[in-house]
Amino acid sequence: MENLIALLVAAPLVGAALLLCGGKRLDRTGHWIGTLFAAASFAVGVALFADMLGRSADHRALHQHLFSWIPVGGFRADVAFQLDQLSMTFVLLITGVGSLIHVYSIGYMEHDERRRRFFGYLNLFLAAMLLLVLADNYLLLYVGWEGVGLASYLLIGFWQHKPSAATAAKKAFLVNRVGDMGLSIAIMLMFTTFGTFAFGPVLASTGATSEGKLTAIGLMLLLAACGKSAQVPLQSWLGDAMEGPTPVSALIHAATMVTAGVYLITRSGAIFNAAPDAQTAVVAVGAVTLLFGAIVGCAKDDIKKALAGSTMSQIGYMILAAGLGPIGYAFAIMHLVTHGFFKAGLFLGAGSVMHGMNDEVDMRRYGGLRKYMPITFITFGLGYLAIIGFPGLSGFFSKDKIIEAAFAKGGTEGWILGGAALLGAAITAFYMTRVMLMTFFGEERWRNAPTPSPDRPSAEPAAGTGGEYTPPHPHESPKVMTLPMVVLAIGSVFAGGLFSLNEAFVKWLEPVTSFAHGHSPVSATTVTAATTVVLFLGVGVAWLMYGRRPVPSLAPRGSLLTRAARRDLLQDDFNHIVFVRGGGHLTTTLVQLDHTLVDGAVNGTAASMGGLSGLLRQLQSGFVRSYAVQMLGGAAVLVAATLLMRGV
Amino acid sequence: MNPVYYLYLAALLFTIGAAGVLIRRNAIVVFMCIELMLNACNLAFVTFSRLHGNLDGQIIAFFTMVVAAAEVVVGLAIIVTIFRTRHTASVDDASLMKL
Repeated sequence: MENLIALLVAAPLVGAALLLCGGKRLDRTGHWIGTLFAAASFAVGVALFADMLGRSADHRALHQHLFSWIPVGGFRADVAFQLDQLSMTFVLLITGVGSLIHVYSIGYMEHDERRRRFFGYLNLFLAAMLLLVLADNYLLLYVGWEGVGLASYLLIGFWQHKPSAATAAKKAFLVNRVGDMGLSIAIMLMFTTFGTFAFGPVLASTGATSEGKLTAIGLMLLLAACGKSAQVPLQSWLGDAMEGPTPVSALIHAATMVTAGVYLITRSGAIFNAAPDAQTAVVAVGAVTLLFGAIVGCAKDDIKKALAGSTMSQIGYMILAAGLGPIGYAFAIMHLVTHGFFKAGLFLGAGSVMHGMNDEVDMRRYGGLRKYMPITFITFGLGYLAIIGFPGLSGFFSKDKIIEAAFAKGGTEGWILGGAALLGAAITAFYMTRVMLMTFFGEERWRNAPTPSPDRPSAEPAAGTGGEYTPPHPHESPKVMTLPMVVLAIGSVFAGGLFSLNEAFVKWLEPVTSFAHGHSPVSATTVTAATTVVLFLGVGVAWLMYGRRPVPSLAPRGSLLTRAARRDLLQDDFNHIVFVRGGGHLTTTLVQLDHTLVDGAVNGTAASMGGLSGLLRQLQSGFVRSYAVQMLGGAAVLVAATLLMRGV
Repeated sequence: MNPVYYLYLAALLFTIGAAGVLIRRNAIVVFMCIELMLNACNLAFVTFSRLHGNLDGQIIAFFTMVVAAAEVVVGLAIIVTIFRTRHTASVDDASLMKL
């Protein structure tokens, strides 16, 4: 069975190669080829899953050694795979959601002339992501890590003719590089500390290593996770990444790639368990991001950016849970899977809305769409109920557990984390209700011509319409798009309950991540009650603000916080002032230093050599007889020296 | 007769030659003084050959003579050319190579 593991990665890789090298003759069938290879990978995944279930919990991990990649002396890098319960969970999520989004893209990208290329990139992404979660050592994981970064770059900038998309792609790539640097340093540290970077030996020998080293490795891994998972302080790229086609936002920037950081931390659990300081940093990052993303999500009028803020916030929950140690790992992954379902569903819903609204993304130009796109409304609505944690749906089970685990951290820290998680739940309910109300309820704001404003150049009448505003004709998307949404909505509703049944998910992951029951100072029932109360509080406030009152079609100026949140809480301004300007000053200083110090030293040497040779040159008078004297003198010195040496 | 006296003679000849090279300006005379120095060396070589009772010194003397002959050919040709172009054979006048 273990020989099948490589097939998981190989299928989409072959698909990508075919589609990207196949040329125009595949233009008409390319999307089917891409979908077929993604589905093949999913089928293999399901077969392996069935096989894994047939074995006892301790014998479930499979290994496949493909070949030695770099065998140099004591340095061994292998291309080898490890399929355990954690990887299996990811494989099913990636190939499952991935296949659904391939199907959806067939409809969504129907009118794009570069559709074949799009499917090639999607397949490339699947292959890289599978490599990331299947690798049995950190170096191969790094290959997958960089691969998904590349795919993400290519797909964000897929509409490269738009300058905003090209810039967003570059921004995502560059910010990710900062995190990647962390991962490469962590891998180097592992090699110097443990002499290897295979998961087995590294994670088994953490007990015999000093805490300082483990903390350093842990912090570097956290930096990597921050970059890939858009956590504070490397979060700024995710909002702009929404420039990519919506299926990409759903697959890469919501369901799978951005959760790679959570995978990394969970996989390296043994390192973090032995380095409490690194764990504290992880929970701090998670708690800050979950509030940060939620606040940003409240202010955005762009439906995709609001969802991006929400993604950030939800991954904050996962990181927070992963930082809690064995009491949280399983819940982090559980929330990751349920989030994969409902967030992908929400993004596909958003894409479906945009599809019917001439690619309008401003929610202030939506309204009352539930009549026109009933299937989108219902699936989006179920995803919405799942994400806010409505009792009985997926998000309720997974988020509730995380909040409970946060309280169980104990001490003041536990209260702060638990409080932050609860507050985050309230804000989540608020902004998701806002999205829901602005999109599907209220008056039909799209019927009126947009009010031109300096912020919205797109509000100017399009050329060719003679200045007349023609309202869009909202319509339900084709079946090929609604079907994946329905499947994901079903997952959003039932996954959480299924996982929590008899603690099935925790027991499934326990052999890999270990599990400890947290001892919460507040009872589970109290937490659940509190979560439900804040949930209804958030929904209620949102209804008061956006449901009862009509939504202005032009954004009001808003409070200071709102304006800051619209600008992503000034993260770009911060980066600009600190890193861009700071970097500019640094390079100016360095250039000056180079001119004065380095060039000075080099030029000084040259000048002194010139002066010296000017002096020496005067020996060369051109008079034969003076040369003769010099030769005679030299000969005399040689003879004298020889005699002297003999005497000694 | 003690062969050492020949060494004294060789040293004397070498000194005269060296002094001539350094003091005189006429290229022909400088040239002759160089020959004198070479021959002083030859004398020393032959004397040492005699002193040590082997033929090494005499062989080297032959080599020196061959080199000296070749040098005379080239040297005289150069001196004649210089004299033709500059109408003087003073070595101090031919100082074009200085910077």
